Amino acid sequence: MSVAHYIKSFTLWEFVKAHALTLKYFFKPKVTINYPFEKNPLSPRFRGEHALRRYPNGEERCIACKLCEAVCPAQAITIESEPREDGSRRTTRYDIDMTKCIYCGFCQEACPVDAVVEGPNFEYATETREELLYDKAKLLANGDKWERAIAANLEADAPYR
Amino acid sequence: MTEFFQSLGMNYEWAWFVATIAGILLIALPLMLAVAMIIYVDRKVWAAINLRRGPNVVGPFGLLQSFADGLKVFLQETIIPSAANKGIFILAPIVTFTVALMAWAVIPFDAGVVLADINVGLLYIFAISSLSVYGIIMAGWASNSKYPFFSAMRASAQMISYEVSIGFIMVGVILYAGSFNLTDIVMAQKGHGLGIVNGYVFNILLFPIFVMFFISALAETQRVPFDLTEAESELVAGYQTEYSSMSFALFWLGEYANILLMCALMTILFFGGWLPPLDIDLIPWFDIPGVIWFFGKMFMFFFMFSWVMATVPRYRYDQLMRLGWKVFLPLSLFFVVLISGWLMATGHYGAAA
Repeated sequence: MSVAHYIKSFTLWEFVKAHALTLKYFFKPKVTINYPFEKNPLSPRFRGEHALRRYPNGEERCIACKLCEAVCPAQAITIESEPREDGSRRTTRYDIDMTKCIYCGFCQEACPVDAVVEGPNFEYATETREELLYDKAKLLANGDKWERAIAANLEADAPYR
Repeated sequence: MTEFFQSLGMNYEWAWFVATIAGILLIALPLMLAVAMIIYVDRKVWAAINLRRGPNVVGPFGLLQSFADGLKVFLQETIIPSAANKGIFILAPIVTFTVALMAWAVIPFDAGVVLADINVGLLYIFAISSLSVYGIIMAGWASNSKYPFFSAMRASAQMISYEVSIGFIMVGVILYAGSFNLTDIVMAQKGHGLGIVNGYVFNILLFPIFVMFFISALAETQRVPFDLTEAESELVAGYQTEYSSMSFALFWLGEYANILLMCALMTILFFGGWLPPLDIDLIPWFDIPGVIWFFGKMFMFFFMFSWVMATVPRYRYDQLMRLGWKVFLPLSLFFVVLISGWLMATGHYGAAA
């Protein structure tokens, strides 16, 4: 070992340098977002909680084509359908198992009428597993609740599709 | 305080008894509070260095975080593994915690503010800090689980290794102060540097052993970079792996009480205890109570402890042993020789000096 090495190790030079660096970081501004009170901006393409949308006149968009059920790689979607009194085909059952869903967004890509979409909501943690087995009523309620945000996002993303 | 209780009409024995109990509570309860707050400070300092925010939700600025954690821990179930040696398993955290509190009896917080102003205070502290290894060994053994056992083995080897160098470092200070009494050691530091600076750390002979003491204190309290006893990647959580609830909390409190004790020791041995840094009345800081100076200095050392924790990676076990036995032991011995030689040469030795 050289003399310089001895001097370096006995003066703990590397440690002093390291501590100077960390002290500099100590006074730097924090990068953490104060989450429940502050949130990151989300992309219009953000794929969060699912929703079933309606037309402005209140008619549900879904025509039970079952494309989403077919494309779903996780087989999280279950659809049953039969004709309504007026002859139009509608779903009698539209379930999404949120515990299976991988949030790939294929369902909203496949949907010909923009009925099933993944909205901007990502805060829907539940206390039980059963609450995550969404049925049609829950999905339609989500659609009603998030319609403004979803419509704005679809609008913003439309030029790139 | 005994006189105060005597003035209330008690005889001397009872007054002494009540005064001692009151003194113990006066030290132990604020110490518990200090431990809770210092855990919060610890987390905040690491967070700041990692550019995070740290606990900031419970109470103003997250100040009550430790109490929330404590409450959570107390409400949990104490799990005793069926294979564990039950008596020792339950005794281990109690021993750790009690021993961590015991050493505070001789710490002088201010001139005369000390529970037991015994002549061999430093020896007492040294003995108590050696005892703290028993709690860890008992925990590791009684858990009857391999990782806690490895951790306990490591902890005992590590603490014994570094106690050797801590002992020699203390000898250096004792030689200079000419006393084992902690109050006398602090008073001997008054005006030590050129008659104006209080504290042995400003002595060129004692500064290197202060640095060694700091590093040994890190090893003694099992802090990073010497936290091999709870190396998460190897040993799950160390000797406390099998513990839960209250018993886990006692280990946690004991660990931090030990860290605070080491901070207090560094303050007393090297930084002039409750004395202000300079012995001249520059600003009217002789009016500031000594306790404030004492806690301020302790806090500074605790900041250094957390600062180190956020900076350096963990040592390997053989590196730890090499540093303890092949670097610190010879070096501290060398400094004992150097210091005693210097004191002999200058004729500045003995209790009278």
